[in-house]
Amino acid sequence: MNHQKVESTTVDSFKRPSQTKEIWRRFSKSKGAVIGFVLFSIIAIMLLAADFIVPYEAAIKQDFSQQLAAPSREHFFGTDGYGRDAFARLLHGGRTSLSIALLATFSSAVLGSALGAISGYFGGKVDSFIMRSLDIFMSVPDILFTMAVVYALGANFTNLLFALTLAYFTNYVRLVRSQVLNLAEQDYVEAARAGGSGSTRIILSHIIPNAVGVIIVNTTLNVAKIILYESTLSFLGLGMPPPQPEWGLMLSEAREFMRTAPWLMFFPSAAIVITAASINLMGDGLRDALDPHLKS
Amino acid sequence: MYRYVIKRLLFLIPTILGVTLIIYAVMSITPGDPGRAMLGTSALQADVDAYNAALGYNLPFPIKYFNYVKAMVIDQDFGFSYLTKQPVFDEIWPRFLETLKLAFLGVFIAASVGIPFGIYAAVKQYSLWDTVPSLVAFFMAAFPSFVLGLLFLYFFSLKLNLLPSYGIGSFEHYIMPALAISIPPAAQNMRFTKSSMLEAIRQDYVRTARAKGAAERTVVWKHALRNALLPVVTQIGLSLGVLIAGAVVAEKIFSIPGIGSLIVDRIAYKDEPVIIAGTILISICFTLVMLLVDIIYAFVDPRIRAKYSNTKG
Repeated sequence: MNHQKVESTTVDSFKRPSQTKEIWRRFSKSKGAVIGFVLFSIIAIMLLAADFIVPYEAAIKQDFSQQLAAPSREHFFGTDGYGRDAFARLLHGGRTSLSIALLATFSSAVLGSALGAISGYFGGKVDSFIMRSLDIFMSVPDILFTMAVVYALGANFTNLLFALTLAYFTNYVRLVRSQVLNLAEQDYVEAARAGGSGSTRIILSHIIPNAVGVIIVNTTLNVAKIILYESTLSFLGLGMPPPQPEWGLMLSEAREFMRTAPWLMFFPSAAIVITAASINLMGDGLRDALDPHLKS
Repeated sequence: MYRYVIKRLLFLIPTILGVTLIIYAVMSITPGDPGRAMLGTSALQADVDAYNAALGYNLPFPIKYFNYVKAMVIDQDFGFSYLTKQPVFDEIWPRFLETLKLAFLGVFIAASVGIPFGIYAAVKQYSLWDTVPSLVAFFMAAFPSFVLGLLFLYFFSLKLNLLPSYGIGSFEHYIMPALAISIPPAAQNMRFTKSSMLEAIRQDYVRTARAKGAAERTVVWKHALRNALLPVVTQIGLSLGVLIAGAVVAEKIFSIPGIGSLIVDRIAYKDEPVIIAGTILISICFTLVMLLVDIIYAFVDPRIRAKYSNTKG
């Protein structure tokens, strides 16, 4: 239950204890959010414990006497065209996908929030420079941009992370900038300023605590988006280099055997959809819990 | 207002230049030179050098970039494909039109399914018209286009034998790819429209309209909907990015000769001129659509109209 612990400390860090309890109460009251949280915890634990469940060796070891075996007790999800165990590939592939998605979400959130805060706080020329550059940057569709970066730098973990970070940080710049601009005009900020608080104090104790909820909700939902996106890239052959398993890659390989071994397609599809859906459920629950007036 | 439009049109120039620069710069990191790629591994180094010199490959980056843009703007000249040795523009243009057809079909389906369901779900909140479509949209938002495409292929072509699995021969060929790319953005549009509409319904002017005794129809259609649809315009523009990603995979899955599948195929051959030109062409098209969305938004939203006619011009 290591995962739950991590979850609650992140919640602790941005609201006072009483509010944390209140947020947790609202979060746990929503059925969807709880289902999402439980599902995601199960997935996360399975992926974290992948090495104990089935060794990585099984995911890459080719065994041509076992090609395209149907699901059985020995191979839960069957074997692929190279005789590799699909269950092992699913677990170890998910591990790669999820770690790229989490890291890319984190780095894009940090980069984007910093730029957004600078833009919103300083305003003027800095703001228009950042925002105009961003407009240009956003004119290249994400998929093409990541494809170009991965193609130019070569497909590996670091470059994939880099490409996805660059594709996703733009969301945060706009979000954080509008939050900062919006919050700076709130009455309580005005009141704090009238009461003699300096800029540092206003930013630390009024603007950041109020902006953090929106950022966290967005970040949660972004993890799901990046998982879908990363699997699309690996489906197109622009993900991790083979023989590393990945969900998208498994699907593009499964396509060949659609007629004879359709289960090779169903399990990774289900894995992608269930993971993304469970994260979205948590994200929606978190949004309602953090901002009850959005929910009528 | 026209000053706003003109300003936006003028900003198109630096945007397109910037977009081209980003793509050109990223792609120029890759190793290899055009002479070697065009003449083959067996060519003499002297010939390769001469070819590169004639092409201006050894010039400094800014000059190379300038020459590229100049040729692109004046002659629609994107160089020659390393793979087929044909002019790039002749290769990508028909495929670009094919992608455009698919993408517009996708936008149309995504908007015409997503928006009405979103409105209805908000108006009839908590009824079956809300819960069922909302649940479906929620799950559809977790499906990437390529998973949908593969599942459609399996069920409708392989199992039920209803639809052709590849090619562009007839209208039927477009059903699966268009659905695969439009379902995820349709789900997004539905969710977005619903929350926008719910927000609008809670506004004071809607309460006022109800209080003065306006019919529910009038309240919904005249007061709430007109305001709720404004952000939806932007959302449709934004969903285009998701749609382009979908189009690339759908073209791959259903063997549609579009520009996305062309780029992906040529990545394997390191055919840079085609990759760069294809990426630039789609990005310019994307930019133009986003511009159109912004201008439409400014025209329909009186608040923005007022803001720009007073301050920024």
